[in-house]
Amino acid sequence: MGLTLTEKILSHAVGRTVNPGEIIVTEVDLVYAHDGTAPLAIQVLSNELRFIKVFDPGKVVFVIDHAAPSPSINVSKVHKLMRDFSYSFRVKLYDVGNGICHQLIPEEGLVKPGMIIVGADSHTVTLGAFAAFAIGVGSTDAAIAIAYGKIWLKIPEIVKIAIEGNLPRGVYSKDIILYMLKTIKSDGMTYKSVEFHGKTLQKLSMDARMTLTNMCTEIGAKAALIPVDAVTKQWFEERGIYNIKELRPDTNAEYSDELLFDISNLEPQIALPPNVDNVKSISEVEGLEIDQVFIGSCTNGRYEDLLVVAKILNKHKVNPRVRCIIIPASRNIYLKALRHDIIEKLLQAGCVIGPPTCGPCIGAHMGLLAEDEIAISTSNRNFIGRMGHKRSKVYLASPATAAASAIEGKITDPRKYIS
Amino acid sequence: MIIRGRCWRLGNNISTDHIISGKYKFSTISSLDQMLPHVFEEIIPNFYKQVRYGDIIVAGRNFGMGSSREHAPRLLKMIGISAILAKSFARIFFRNAINIGLPVITVNKIPDITEQWDIIEINLLKGIVINLNKSVEERIQPYPKIILKILAEGGIINYIKRYGNLPWGENIG
Repeated sequence: MGLTLTEKILSHAVGRTVNPGEIIVTEVDLVYAHDGTAPLAIQVLSNELRFIKVFDPGKVVFVIDHAAPSPSINVSKVHKLMRDFSYSFRVKLYDVGNGICHQLIPEEGLVKPGMIIVGADSHTVTLGAFAAFAIGVGSTDAAIAIAYGKIWLKIPEIVKIAIEGNLPRGVYSKDIILYMLKTIKSDGMTYKSVEFHGKTLQKLSMDARMTLTNMCTEIGAKAALIPVDAVTKQWFEERGIYNIKELRPDTNAEYSDELLFDISNLEPQIALPPNVDNVKSISEVEGLEIDQVFIGSCTNGRYEDLLVVAKILNKHKVNPRVRCIIIPASRNIYLKALRHDIIEKLLQAGCVIGPPTCGPCIGAHMGLLAEDEIAISTSNRNFIGRMGHKRSKVYLASPATAAASAIEGKITDPRKYIS
Repeated sequence: MIIRGRCWRLGNNISTDHIISGKYKFSTISSLDQMLPHVFEEIIPNFYKQVRYGDIIVAGRNFGMGSSREHAPRLLKMIGISAILAKSFARIFFRNAINIGLPVITVNKIPDITEQWDIIEINLLKGIVINLNKSVEERIQPYPKIILKILAEGGIINYIKRYGNLPWGENIG
């Protein structure tokens, strides 16, 4: 019997073939945490474990990205805590303005296929797009991994998800994952490792793939992996990284379940508050008036996203009743967008451009909503009060849908703005 | 280990955002104590004032979904919650809760018959949960021995300090 991608990575790590259900202790290749989780991890090390040690400073990364730059003295205190710790223990710190961890870490060349990565953030699954086994954990698990370089894991069941069909015009990987949420629901893949397959993948860039794997935490998945192919190799080669492991599952690998999604006739999708799996086709929600548009986050703040938005907003203006907040997910993306005149187009259309931060997605800063306000957002969660007042509402959609909605001041099908 | 307490009956898909909203977490991030008054603020008004030491949460499917924020289980433990029973748990929340020594137990029947304020008794060693008001008993899958040890120590950090190794791992010196 052949092995899945997950089984290959974890078997290689422990030096024998592992089986779903068994518990292993494995070394980790990278640990990271941000200003929402690192402060608690530092407290666990200093106040609880009372054994402050970093197993390998080259394999531990802190990123100040959730509320960056700091909006309050309380946040400034924990940023300072992270800086002091990084300085003392020579841990690499990416300070404010560098970008959102899940975007920045691949950009920095810190992710390679086959790595075992532990991130103190649920969206760590994003890095599975690079065929890494990347899982989200809490601050205590992160603290243990920082100190000892190890984590205990239960080998998950592995589910194959095949995506077939050509992406219709105006439909993006965000729409695919929202559509999956609609059928799989928010707990459908709990404890499972998801592996993507199918011909559609060949046409999805790394930017688009990262959106797909990013939101697999919303279906409950422990990890979400995409096999290495020509697209992956090209992404690494463009960054001067050659000879990456060509990690793919065996053709006779066995999965606990196999799902197939044909996206040939998919419409733009939208998740209605207050649940990520409350997903409808755009035609069912069109026309609803909005107050704010947020385009950014680890889900959809990438270069391709900004490019799509700029194309739609070209020669249009943001509706004067609406704020359109755009936050590139990293400094690199910001710079690239600047060089390609995208930032200028967005500003001319009336958008506000923020520095790289998670910001409004988690209600930390940069555009919180007032009572009864409605936002359309390219981020990943729409729970009660997620982006502001408990009576505000968040609709989740693709950057294209968000941009078209910004023009009209109401939820809008993007296809009318795409030729 | 016997846990007895009155119950808060909650529904499906309770997220870590519901437990501690991101906006409150970040406005008070330097201190867990400052976060406490905001626990469940947006879905259970006055939870902070009404909760009593030893209370138990009984919920439906997918408890703890969403963010990895460990503040969520920590705050529930700090505020007095002694155990959480649910039809299923989100993966990261489950791990975080065990890591900090908060019992999280998967049950099937109990949530269906339990009402707010019923008294629940949990015997972790025997693997039994009883709703004393309704006289309904449910057998649960007992925890693996190592998980029981982690809970007995009050969390994984104390476990490491006591035994000198990671759970399931060899000595880490």
